[in-house]
This record gives sequence, C-alpha cells and structure tokens, in this order.
Amino acid sequence: MPSLKKLDLYSYHERVRIAILFVSICFGLLVVRLFWLQVISHNKYATLAESNRIAIVPVPANRGLLIDRNGIVIGRNYSALTLEIDASQIKGNPDLLIDQLAEIIHIGPRDRRNFKRALEDSRNMGTFPLRSMLTETEMARFLANRYRFPGVDVSARNFREYPYNELASHLIGYIGRVSAKDKEQMQNELESTRGSEDPYALQRAFLPGIQYVGKIGIEQSYEKVLRGVPGYDEVEITAGGKPVRTLSSKPSVPGKNVILSIDIKLQALVEELYGKRRGAFVAIEPETGDILAFVSKPNFNPNDFVEGIDATTWKELIESKEKPLYNRPLKGIYPPASTYKPFMALAALERNKRSPEDAIADPGFFTFGNHTFRDDKIGGHGTVNMEKSIVESCDTYYYLLARDMGVNMMHDFMKPLGFGQITGIDLDGEVRGVLPSTEWKKSAFKKPEQQKWFEGETISLGIGQGYNAFTILQLAHGLANVLNYGVVMKPHLAKAIEDPFTRQKELTTPKESYRIDLKPENIEIIKKAMVEVNRSGTSASSFRNAGFIAGGKTGTAQVFSLNSKIYNHATTPEFLRDHALYVAYAPNDKPKIAIALIVENSGFGAQHAAPIARKALDYYIDGKWPKEIPEWKRVP
Amino acid sequence: MEKSALAKVKSVIAYAFRGFDPHLGFIFLGLAGISFIVFLSAGQGTPVAIIDQLRNLLIAFVIMWIVSQIPPKWLEMAAIWIYGIGIALLIAVAIFGLIKKGARRWINVGIVIQPSEIMKIAVPLMLAWYFQKREGIRSAFDYLVAGLLLALPVLLIARQPDLGTALLVLAAGLYVIILAGLPWRWIVPIVAIGGVAILLLIIFSSGICAPDVTWPLIREYQKNRVCTLLDPTSDPLGRGFHTIQAIIAVGSGGFFGKGWREGTQSHLEFIPEKHTDFVFAVFAEEFGFLGNLVLILLFFALIKRGLTISMGAPTLFTRLLGGAISLIFFTYAFVNIGMVTGLLPVVGVPLPLLSYGGTALVTLGFGAGILMSIHRHRRLVQS
Repeated sequence: MPSLKKLDLYSYHERVRIAILFVSICFGLLVVRLFWLQVISHNKYATLAESNRIAIVPVPANRGLLIDRNGIVIGRNYSALTLEIDASQIKGNPDLLIDQLAEIIHIGPRDRRNFKRALEDSRNMGTFPLRSMLTETEMARFLANRYRFPGVDVSARNFREYPYNELASHLIGYIGRVSAKDKEQMQNELESTRGSEDPYALQRAFLPGIQYVGKIGIEQSYEKVLRGVPGYDEVEITAGGKPVRTLSSKPSVPGKNVILSIDIKLQALVEELYGKRRGAFVAIEPETGDILAFVSKPNFNPNDFVEGIDATTWKELIESKEKPLYNRPLKGIYPPASTYKPFMALAALERNKRSPEDAIADPGFFTFGNHTFRDDKIGGHGTVNMEKSIVESCDTYYYLLARDMGVNMMHDFMKPLGFGQITGIDLDGEVRGVLPSTEWKKSAFKKPEQQKWFEGETISLGIGQGYNAFTILQLAHGLANVLNYGVVMKPHLAKAIEDPFTRQKELTTPKESYRIDLKPENIEIIKKAMVEVNRSGTSASSFRNAGFIAGGKTGTAQVFSLNSKIYNHATTPEFLRDHALYVAYAPNDKPKIAIALIVENSGFGAQHAAPIARKALDYYIDGKWPKEIPEWKRVP
Repeated sequence: MEKSALAKVKSVIAYAFRGFDPHLGFIFLGLAGISFIVFLSAGQGTPVAIIDQLRNLLIAFVIMWIVSQIPPKWLEMAAIWIYGIGIALLIAVAIFGLIKKGARRWINVGIVIQPSEIMKIAVPLMLAWYFQKREGIRSAFDYLVAGLLLALPVLLIARQPDLGTALLVLAAGLYVIILAGLPWRWIVPIVAIGGVAILLLIIFSSGICAPDVTWPLIREYQKNRVCTLLDPTSDPLGRGFHTIQAIIAVGSGGFFGKGWREGTQSHLEFIPEKHTDFVFAVFAEEFGFLGNLVLILLFFALIKRGLTISMGAPTLFTRLLGGAISLIFFTYAFVNIGMVTGLLPVVGVPLPLLSYGGTALVTLGFGAGILMSIHRHRRLVQS
C-alpha cells in the first residue's frame, strides 16, 4: 500500500512538472505576442493610436460676397441659430427623433425632407441642420429639453442668402450642397494643385470643409474665387467623438468678394418693366464690355435652391411653359429681325456695296425667282436711301442688299462683330446660335441636297430672318462693338475681385480682344440713322421728350413662317406670336450704354420693346425712375 | 515594560501569520501594488473610486487570511456540502433566476448572487474530495464519476447562458482530473482533436462566419465572438471594436510604455471596460513591454509557488486542490491577457487582482487562502 501511495505522489510530481512546462509555454506565447505587438509592430499601432485620438475638424471658409457696380450686396451670408443633429449619434429611425423634436420646435415637411436627404448623401457621418432661423423662444425651449436629445444641438451656422430673391437670379445663380460629382471634380482639382500645404490635413479638411458649391451663374463661374480655403482644427477626441481639446488649428481663408459690372438698380427696373412678360434684356457699356443689366424673364428664387429645392417648387419650375429656369439672354436664340438692318447697312458701306445716297424705288415687295418677299408696308416706302431704310425699316432695301452681297460676304462681315459666335461671357453654358454661310450649311445638314445653299435663302437674311439665330447677348455685344469703333471688348459680369479684409480690388476686366477695321465715318452714318429712328422713325413715339439723344432700331421677329398670309396678332396662339425686339444706345456722342432686348410673343418691337429701352435709358442716363414702378429699395 | 509590549505585539503578529508563506505573500503584495497603481490610472472616468478598489483588495486579503487559518481537513469535510449547495443554487437559478441582459445567471437569496462563481472553487473542492475518497482503489470508473460531477455544473452554467464561466469551471475540474492521474492515452487524443478543430476553424473562418450560417449548439453572440477573434477587422465599429482598440492600446505602448496615466487609448475612452476586464490594455499601454514582462513574471511566480506548495502537500486532497487552484490562477491570467491581445475570444474573465470587481477578488482571495492553509498545515500533519 505505501508503495502505491509513493507511486501516486511520484505521478503527481511528474504531472505538476508538465503543468509548469505548459504554463511556461502559454506565458511564453503571451510574451511572444506582446513582443510582436509592442516591439515589432509598435510603429503601426502608435500611428493608429494617434489617428484614433486626433480628428481633423474642417472649418468652412466664409464665402465671398456678390456686390454690384455701385456697392450693393446681392449675394451674402447670414448666421442663424440652427438646430443640428450629429448623424453618428442617431440611434434607430431618424423620423422618430424628428417627431420628438417637432413637439418643441416647429419642423416643416421641407426641413425634414432636406435633412433626410443630406443624411442619406452623407452615409450618416457629420452634422446636419434640421431647422434654421430659430427664434430666441425656440432656442430656449430646446435648451430646456436638450438632455433628452443627445447629439442634437443649436449652433450658429452660415447660410447663403440672395436678399433680392428673384432679382438677377439667372446671372447670380445659386449654390447648393456638394454632389458626388462636385466632390470628384474637386478631388481631381486638389490632386493637380497639391502644393506646400500639409497634404494629409488638407485632404482630410478640404473636401469635408466644402459643403456648398456654386451650381450655376456667377456663383458657379467664380466658385474658386468665392469659395476660399477651408481651415481645420486638430482636435483630440474620445472614442465617442467628444472633443477634449484642440491641439492645433489652421484658420480658414475666406473667399473673395466678386464685384459685378451689373447695375442692380437698372436690372431691377428692367425686371419690373417686363412684369409677367417673357424675354431677355442685355445692356453693355461699349467702352469696357461691362454688362450693366442681364435680364431673363421669368426668373426664379435662387434661395429655394440653397438647401435643396423641394419637389413641388421644382416641379412647378420645370413644368412651366414659360421656362423660368431658362437663361434666355445666354441660351435663347432668336432671329434679330429688323434690328439687324443697321449692321447690314454698315456692311454695305464697309464692303462698298452701297453708298449712303444710293436709293431704290420700293414697290413694297421683292421677287426673287418665283418667290415674292413682302414688305410690311403695303405699296412700299417709295424712294428709299440708306438712312430712310433704317428709319422706316424698309425690307425691300435689304432684300436687294442681301442679294448683292451674298451669304458669305454677310457672314464674313458679321462674324467679327460676334454674331453666331461665343462671346466669352463669364457664365457657363453660352449658346452659339447660327450665322449662316455656305460652309455652315454644309456642316449643319446631313443630306447632300440640303447642304447646298440656295440663293433664295440669302434674301431674308438681309432683314435678320432666315437661318439667322442669335442670342440677345450677341446682339447687344455686336451693337457695343460698332459703337466702340470696332474695338471688341469681351462682355463680362465680374468687374473686380475684392479682398474681404484689405478691400483691395483686383480688376478682372479683360483688355480688348481684337479690333475690327471699321471706318468711323461709316459708323457715324449708321448712328445718325439710328438717332433718326427715335426722332421720326418707328420708335419715335417711345422716345418723345427724351433728355438725351439715343439711337435705336426696332424689330419684329416671326416665330413661324406665314407662307405669305397676313399676320393677325389676336388670332395667333400666344406662343406662336411675333417676338418684339429692340436695340438702343445713348447718349449718341459718347454711348455709355448699348441695349438689346426681346419681349417674347408680344408683337411689334416698336410697341412692346422700345418703351422698355426708353425707361431703362431714362434711369441709366438721367437717373429718372418711372412713376408707375414702385421705388426700389436696398435690403438692409 | 515597553519592550515586552512590543514583543507581545510581535508575537501576536507572528502567531497570526504563522505558516504564512512569505513567497506567496510578497507576490500578492506585488500584484496588489501594481493593481493599485494601475487603478489610479484606469479608474479615471469610471464611476468607481479608488477607495472601492482598496476596500476590495483589503477584503480579498482578509478572506485570504481567514481561509489560511482553516485546516484543510475542514475544507475536505465541507467540500461535498459546498458543492451540493452550489448545485442546488444553480438548479434554483435555472428555475427562478433573475434575467439580466438575456441571461439567467443570478438569484436573490437575500442578496443577489451568481452561484456559478461558487462553482469555480466548489468543483475542484468536490473532485479533490472524491479522488481523496477513492485513493488507492481508483479505477477507470472513478474518472467517469468525476467527469459527471464536473459535467453537471458546467452544463447548468452553459445553458444560463454563460459560456465563459462554464469554460472556467470546466478547466478547474479538468485540472483536478488530469493532476489526479487521468491516463495520457485519454488526454492526448482529446487535445489533438481540439487542436485540429481550432485549426479548421481558422482555415474556414470566412465560410462559417457568413452572417446566415448558424452553428449547432452555439448561440449567435458566441459565434460572433469567435468570428470577431478570427477577423476583428470584419466589423471594426461593432463587435471587433473592443479587440481592435485593445490591440492598438497594447501595441502603441511600445517597449517602455507611454507612462503612467499617459495612455491615450485608455483615457480617451477607446478601451471598453478599462478598469475591469480590459485593465491589462491600460497597463500594457502605459508600462509597455517591460511592464508586461514584470507582470507576467509575477503571475508565473505565483503559479509556480502554488504548484510547489501543492507538491509538498500531505494528502491527495490538498495536493489536487492546491494544484488546481494554482492552475485556475494561470487560466485567469492567460485567458484575460490572451483576450486583450487578440489571441483568444472575448470572454468575461478578469485579470487576477488587477481587474476591479468584488466577486472575482473574493474567489481569488479564497483560493490564495487555501494555498496558504495547505502550506501552513504541511509540516503539522507530516510530523
């Protein structure tokens, strides 16, 4: 028995020794593991721990202001108390949280939709505004209940605001939340311009710091100037994302202000004058190319777009027959109609096809081949020289002139004036239009029988019809080029870039693009005729008692071909009625302003378009505000 | 007079600590010191005050002292009762236990207790008692009985469900059975099969961890724990977060550590349960590889000392009990550090003495007291 006990004891000792070996191996394993983590992979984990604890918090830059030529701010930022929700702290359905918040603060369906869309776009990272413009009462009510809503807070946020709402909407444009496409574009931009900045922090701060970008208009074309550079704070954070302290920070660089060439008061007046009518109006300072007014009617409220437009408003805008989102002066192409005649007359003088005294006997029509081209005036204008052809707007004179010049000579003369060409205005999406030539027809049509130019097609080009299709911008630009004696200034909306701190202005006005060789005496002949239009011609009634001498030319563009039938305004459906056009400038000796405008489907240019120009000139030249239009006030 | 008073005090102390193993005592003091220092750092930002940790350490020490005064013979006599009561409580839990966080682990007997904790000591006590009873007449049948005595509480705990505690109780019982002399020809195949199973698990982890795969007998959260271990990055913000952040804390500590109370991972709340189950991550981040070596050496010394004491024990009961308790200490330390460093799945096992928590400290104090008692009564019985 004792021997067995001894054996047992021996066996126990043996097993304990094996156990100690086992323990040693296991602890050895731990030591190896710890050595692996703490010595060999230390750098990797040290970096991970660092990036764990430090968050780069982007500090958005203040966007630059938009200011008109007289210092009136038309695009600005305001700071508003905003209810924000940290997306990462939303537990469960965000709707439930919003429902609870709605019990203490009014939250509209649009707020809710915008918030949820922002949330979806972000994949639940970041802080998003739910309701802005909280009143003091609302804020107090929320603060009293804040403990119930972790991750919800009130903070002052910067918002973009267009204080005059619809005014100048097409040229200002609007900003909107950054889309995936915008992001991609900025990423590429960033990669190509990586400079001395700390790329790591910049990468992490730059893109998240930009939450809005210009989508159209000046906001878009001067995006990089207006945007500024977001800064960032390096913040030590807890695992829950709670900031502990700021380790370092790089302030944001605010965007620069863009000073526009626009006279916003002139713009406002013209928009008022249009009222509910559709159309486009462009006013240019001939000497500089400054665009003084750039009207597209109807327009829209850019403020609706900043936080994402709601579906109802969007549907209304997009489905409206009036196309309020359509930038007419930039994209709308129209036949210039009779407003083209002064340019044709100048071409005749410059190309020696007519002298001012050359006269025709006008029977009221012109027959070319087997087609008769009519003049508006039954029985004709009698003996017509160049001046009379402009003053009375005689079509026959220009049918003959067009025939004598031919399509290509007209094309070659009009092209440098900018007709059917990209003017290079600082807005995106400019449309070229059509300045016909035999070349153009070859490339524009596919079938060989259509590619041929027919001589008959030349005739109506003389009165600004036929294939001629220009933008109102081109028409105003062409007039400005003539008035500037052939010195072509690129039309532009931005005049200068202003540093928000130093107020230092940096002119962006382009220098002359090129010069057209035009004889000043020929230009004077045209100007004299245009002045006579307003004195005794088609628009004389509109310019009675003007305090200045202004030149002008009316035009009435057919929307569809009458096929020799007589046009009856009243019986024609609205959208098929004639467009009223007008070009004007003043004062005659040294023009400060050149205007081209169209009132869509309204009828005669003299009747519907010329009065708008007269009132615009009254204001711009003499500072006279029409009595029927309420005085325009600056928004504080 | 004064001298004699001093002498009197001295003799009282000497009496109180007679047979107190100085090796074990100093190792314990060393670990308690580390525990105190780490808690001053890890306890920050938790609702637990340093005084609570001190109190717990003191209670553990008092329990250790009391238990060390109990002759092992008494434990031997009480073993079957402790085990019986433990089983009864486990059955009671299964019938009308309290449910917290989806598990039925607690019972109210005046105070709310977790009977599975008792089994960590009760099972080795019972098995050691059984083998003592069968000393000299042991047969293969006895291992079967021992296996059943072990299986009953393990299964009861596992179905609470509390896989972590069940595994710890299972380990404690297996230590007794193996130390008692379970033939190697039975041990080797089991270990081999287990090893192969783990290897297969690692190889096929991507397939079996697919979300729609259910494992037989294993609950969803347990499957998740294993899968998270196999690939913590598969769910970096969810289940894998604890493991990843703990590993980052340990790794970023480097050779010398970031310095006491300088751990960024710990103090910026990246470490979950930083004063309890994951306290090692705090220690490793702040004291580095060097500190870890010291800690592991202390644990090794503790276990080695316990096993040495058990080798000198007079009876089979005390030997088995002493050996099993030492190895329970080992299991706690190894599983906890293994879990924090990502070697083992996350199971709720505290790091002996360092983790905050009353129950575990009581259990550990009890175990250490038994070791002391065994050491103390060694010569008395032998002579």
